[in-house]
Amino acid sequence: MKEVIRLENIRRHFIVGEEVVKALRGVSFTIEEGEFVTIMGTSGSGKSTLLNTLGCLDTPTSGEYYLDGVSVRTMDRNQRATLRNRKIGFIFQNYNLLAKTTAIENVELPLLYNPRYNARQRREMAVSALQSVGLGDRLQHRSNQMSGGQMQRVAIARALVNNPAVILADEATGNLDSRTSFEILVLFQRLHAEGRTIIFVTHNPDIARYSSRNITLRDGRITADTRNGQILDAQEALAALPAQND
Amino acid sequence: MNFVNLFRIALKALGNNKTRGFLTMLGIIIGVAAVITMLAIGQGSKKSIQSEISEMGSNMIMVMPGGDRRGGVRSSGSDMESLKLKDYEDIRDNASYISYISPLVQSSGQAIYGAANTPTSIYGVNSDYLEIRRYKVSDGDFFSDQDIRTAAKVCVVGKTVLDELFPDDPNPVGKVFRFGSIPFRIIGILESKGYNSMGMDQDDLIIAPYTTIQKRVLAITHIQQIVCSALSEEYTDQAIAEIRQVLTANHKIKEGDEEDFNIRAQEEMSTMMTSVTDLLTILLAAVAGISLLVGGIGIMNIMFVSVTERTREIGLRMSIGAKGRDILAQFLIESILISVTGGLIGVVFGIAAAYLVQLLADYPIAIQAWTVILAFAVCTVTGVFFGWYPARKASNLDPIEALRYE
Ligand SMILES: Nc1ncnc2c1ncn2[C@@H]1O[C@H](COP(=O)(O)OP(=O)(O)OP(=O)(O)O)[C@@H](O)[C@H]1O
Ligand SMILES: [Mg+2]
Repeated sequence: MKEVIRLENIRRHFIVGEEVVKALRGVSFTIEEGEFVTIMGTSGSGKSTLLNTLGCLDTPTSGEYYLDGVSVRTMDRNQRATLRNRKIGFIFQNYNLLAKTTAIENVELPLLYNPRYNARQRREMAVSALQSVGLGDRLQHRSNQMSGGQMQRVAIARALVNNPAVILADEATGNLDSRTSFEILVLFQRLHAEGRTIIFVTHNPDIARYSSRNITLRDGRITADTRNGQILDAQEALAALPAQND
Repeated sequence: MNFVNLFRIALKALGNNKTRGFLTMLGIIIGVAAVITMLAIGQGSKKSIQSEISEMGSNMIMVMPGGDRRGGVRSSGSDMESLKLKDYEDIRDNASYISYISPLVQSSGQAIYGAANTPTSIYGVNSDYLEIRRYKVSDGDFFSDQDIRTAAKVCVVGKTVLDELFPDDPNPVGKVFRFGSIPFRIIGILESKGYNSMGMDQDDLIIAPYTTIQKRVLAITHIQQIVCSALSEEYTDQAIAEIRQVLTANHKIKEGDEEDFNIRAQEEMSTMMTSVTDLLTILLAAVAGISLLVGGIGIMNIMFVSVTERTREIGLRMSIGAKGRDILAQFLIESILISVTGGLIGVVFGIAAAYLVQLLADYPIAIQAWTVILAFAVCTVTGVFFGWYPARKASNLDPIEALRYE
């Protein structure tokens, strides 16, 4: 299998006044293409910091990071921006859609920053991404006309549209009720089945049972890294949920 | 990221906040409109004064007796008899930068016809005088050289005098009236010139052969003035030099001695007047420019608000691949869009307001292409200048912190 991510002894120290906060204290792992990795840990254990590093938003204080075989540590701001644009899809807890903007325009956004695509191609790619998350009939809906689950689907479509090497999600189901969470989880599992590489930060230990691998952080260190031999099917779990009564 | 996309993003951002965008624009609209209207008014005054002066003959040169008064007590210039006909003839024969030249003697008095009479002035000149002062004879003829030789009692008359003397007579050519005790036959009528910018009635005069005025009215042999035209306005200085040369020789004025004559060019007058109107224009433009500056600060203010308000959006854009310069360009284009649109509207309003001033206040205006271009250019520069700082701030944001911004 092809290696997508390789971390070598990553440390991230923040200097707050006189104190040094060590958010990551030597994290090393590799992730191969097609893995669905959940990252768990208590609040403040360094999950978001790790994800920001993986997403090339943050540079580690020390350590090496290879994304798709390229060393990220020596890259400047602009190079990292381009790398994010081509290789990474972000999904946030609070969706981060553009206000008063249609689903299709939101999904097109990453492509706007890639000169390779013209307007027609952007549109086609955005439409197919939206269709793949089940929003083919909501193309022109604005972000303020959608439910949380729909907004998160748009955000997932946006993360997919540039066909990234890895999809990074930080608490992607954190703002959703359990039913909608499972719906989103079904979507993630389908993406996993399609061969996408996904890294999913979560507080919820249940979600780990639907991924292929689980990494646990504590105080900036990895305390557990287990492969899941028995991946549960979110579709079944969704069906087992009590029917909505409204 | 290409320009068209950035443009589209900026346009959309403005579309999301139409009222605010318009209010920000209002500062620029008012600023640009004010600049254009004020410059139109300033330039309008300048042009109307210039055209009046050139109507009077901007290349006109007057030679008067008398000199610098600083030497002490002197009799007044007009009492001096230092200018002779010979001076006029010598200048006429020797000067090469002078196209027209006339002696001038003048008398004030009553013009009388029957029961009607009016106070006016009579000017004794030759036929060049018409060209020098840009008068035209509309009816009848001007007097001939023969009339000058014989000191004939003929004259051409301005409209104001005619209206007083012959209120009911449409064609008084051939009529004889008296100026003081001397009878004059009207042989021509001057085309009306109206009032000049100093409020003088240019039609209140009678023109007669200078010999007639010298011999029959004033009984003098000297002349009071010499008026002439330089070849054109640019040759005024050369023409003055020639006149000075002839007069210093004729009057035997030695090097370092005081001159007993005075040369004055209309050109000085026109330069003075235009410098006054230029100052007016600058003042008006400065006031208007300040309002444009205030408008620009308005843009900066709103752009700062907009950047702060959209911190999360900026963070998101950066996280999905926008470079600092993309963000910079986006906000810069937005502020330029505000200022340019405001500028365009301002141009329209400014021109409309200028015409309104002309229409309602009957004030001369002149809208020149350069003022419109200038106002517009200043406006675009304002957009860049005042948009730069907030845009720069936006582009320097840290994506993680921006995403976390509440
Ligand atoms: N920009 C920063 N400056 C200073 N300290 C920071 C910064 N970002 C994170 N930290 C610190 O690093 C540690 C790890 O933070 P991080 O946000 O990665 O935790 P987390 O695991 O995502 O927590 P949560 O589950 O609550 O989101 C915390 O102690 C936090 O205070
Ligand atoms: Mg976190």
